[in-house]
Amino acid sequence: MPEKFGGVRLNALRELTVAKVKEFMREPEAVFWVFLFPVLLAVVLGFAFREKPPDRIPIGVVSGPGSSPAVTSLSQSPALQPRAYTAEEGRNALRTGKISLLVDPGPPVVFHLDETRPDSRIARLAADDALQRAAGRADPLSVRDEKVTEKGSRYIDFLIPGLLGMNLMGTGIWSLAFSITSARARRVLKRLIATPMRRGDYLLSQILGRLAFLLPEILLLAGFGWLVFDVPMRGSLILFFALCLLGTMSFCGLGLLIASRVRTVEGVSGLANFVMMPMWLLSGVFFSTERFPDVAQPLIRALPLTALNEALRGIMNEGQGIVEIAPQLAIITAWGVVSFAVALKIFRWK
Amino acid sequence: MASPTPSSAIRCRGLVKRFDDVVAVAGLDLEIARGECFGLLGPNGAGKTTTIEILEGLTEPDEGEVEVLGTTWQGDGHALREKLGVSLQETQLNEKLTVAETIRLFRSFYREGRDPEQVLAALALEEKRDARVGKLSGGQKQRLAVACALVGDPELLFLDEPTTGLDPQSRLQLWQQVTAFREQGGTVLLTTHYMDEAERLCDRIAIVDHGKVIALGTPVELIRSLQAADVVELLSEPMLSEEELRRLPGVSDVHRRGPNWALAVHSVTESVPPLLAAVEKAGARLTHLSTHRATLEDLFVSLTGRELRDA
Repeated sequence: MPEKFGGVRLNALRELTVAKVKEFMREPEAVFWVFLFPVLLAVVLGFAFREKPPDRIPIGVVSGPGSSPAVTSLSQSPALQPRAYTAEEGRNALRTGKISLLVDPGPPVVFHLDETRPDSRIARLAADDALQRAAGRADPLSVRDEKVTEKGSRYIDFLIPGLLGMNLMGTGIWSLAFSITSARARRVLKRLIATPMRRGDYLLSQILGRLAFLLPEILLLAGFGWLVFDVPMRGSLILFFALCLLGTMSFCGLGLLIASRVRTVEGVSGLANFVMMPMWLLSGVFFSTERFPDVAQPLIRALPLTALNEALRGIMNEGQGIVEIAPQLAIITAWGVVSFAVALKIFRWK
Repeated sequence: MASPTPSSAIRCRGLVKRFDDVVAVAGLDLEIARGECFGLLGPNGAGKTTTIEILEGLTEPDEGEVEVLGTTWQGDGHALREKLGVSLQETQLNEKLTVAETIRLFRSFYREGRDPEQVLAALALEEKRDARVGKLSGGQKQRLAVACALVGDPELLFLDEPTTGLDPQSRLQLWQQVTAFREQGGTVLLTTHYMDEAERLCDRIAIVDHGKVIALGTPVELIRSLQAADVVELLSEPMLSEEELRRLPGVSDVHRRGPNWALAVHSVTESVPPLLAAVEKAGARLTHLSTHRATLEDLFVSLTGRELRDA
């Protein structure tokens, strides 16, 4: 009765998957960590590191007959914030770092500054420029500034793909490793294999159950970034979702591998953190991997989360296509295939 | 493959299982007929659970042959599992699921089985159908475990200590379910360290100690093998010697039981008067005297010199 057999098999797979999803939904902490925590992180970090116009440098002008026109001229410079001081106050303010430059309008004009302070040197150049222009200097060459703080190069544009990658890793690894180990420790696995349940159905249901949360998880974080911070999506949306799916499958493999033999929940917590911690730090979630020394780069770039983050940023910020992210896709796939193969080989049911 | 005996549900010969340097099962033979309720009775650590898990196909024996419902556990045993119902010792189930969800999940593993609603009702779990497994009492959890074992409509039911730690009412409910299952022609193998449970439910009993069967038969046969209908327990100050007690008329066996002497006797009326006379003659003071009908516990004490509960 092949049809009937197929029906039973799908029925068992469906019931196992539904059970897995319910198990997750009935764990409020898990729901918080998967859905709310990454959004909270994005809010906090997004506002903390948001772009501000560069600060004006505070400078002092020694009060006297020429100080008032000097302050007016210096205010024309976008880099300076001049204020009048008595000679005494001005020297004090300069010494304590309250101002970067003290201008004695003279004549002759005298700049008081500490040459070792970069801000002082910038202020001197800007003040000189402003005063010379006010005195009637004409620039023989015309120049124009082109600002480069466009979408895709801000910190939040860097952060959102990183958080998404980190979340896909965390949820993938935790949702498999924790629930399988807990089932083994409590001998639920043993009870299940005493039934005619296909073992593959159980493992498949763990993955399907995890995939059930994938879409809301992506939509929440990426949608939040898009709506609130105007984070771009320059590449193909289909490629983006396919990449998320591939990354998730790969981390499910890693989760399965972590859970394949551990007997206790404490043991799996330690092991999962041991696997994930280096990637939180090294894989470019919060800051660029370029900050690590060159010798470490090949290793860092071989990590699955590094590859996923690079590919996510490539699609979202740079509009890269499948050819450009092919090396990252290969790394992610390799981790997944090897993890699944080893996990299935060494998996312990009892 | 050995030719299957149609009448036998379980056959095993020479089972041996070692864990590190501990021998859990040391050459165990069993033959259980279809339709029979068979009990493995023994103290904790006697090898009951290891034996039942070997028969369930969950543990691989180091030596010996196993045949369950005419087949061996070679291969994945998938077809065989369709016909088995299993309740593990202290079964734990997913605490986040409800009772009804759990039963439905187990039902989905079997090609044919019972209606989950009917199983729910049979085990008096209807009121708890929407309760999370984690919130159930010990008795309710155990009933749910048996419900999960029955929902696949098995031919053979394995129950590993199904009533350990249960209140009397829950025990009674479980016993009724086992009896009902047998009335429909099912075969049961259960382990227990309660003699009353074994006497009440089982057609035959194997008493297991140190991984071996040390006595086998119907409850009546086993008690008869004690060659005593009654047991007299006494404590006196000072204590009488074992030889003095053995010389008394009608005494077939003498054992220590806690601080007391336990005398297996043919009849209380034959042995108690000479016993009292012997106490008086020795100038001892009687501090405890009681009698009861001989039980499997007495047989176990007689065979091993130890008690079931704390052996």
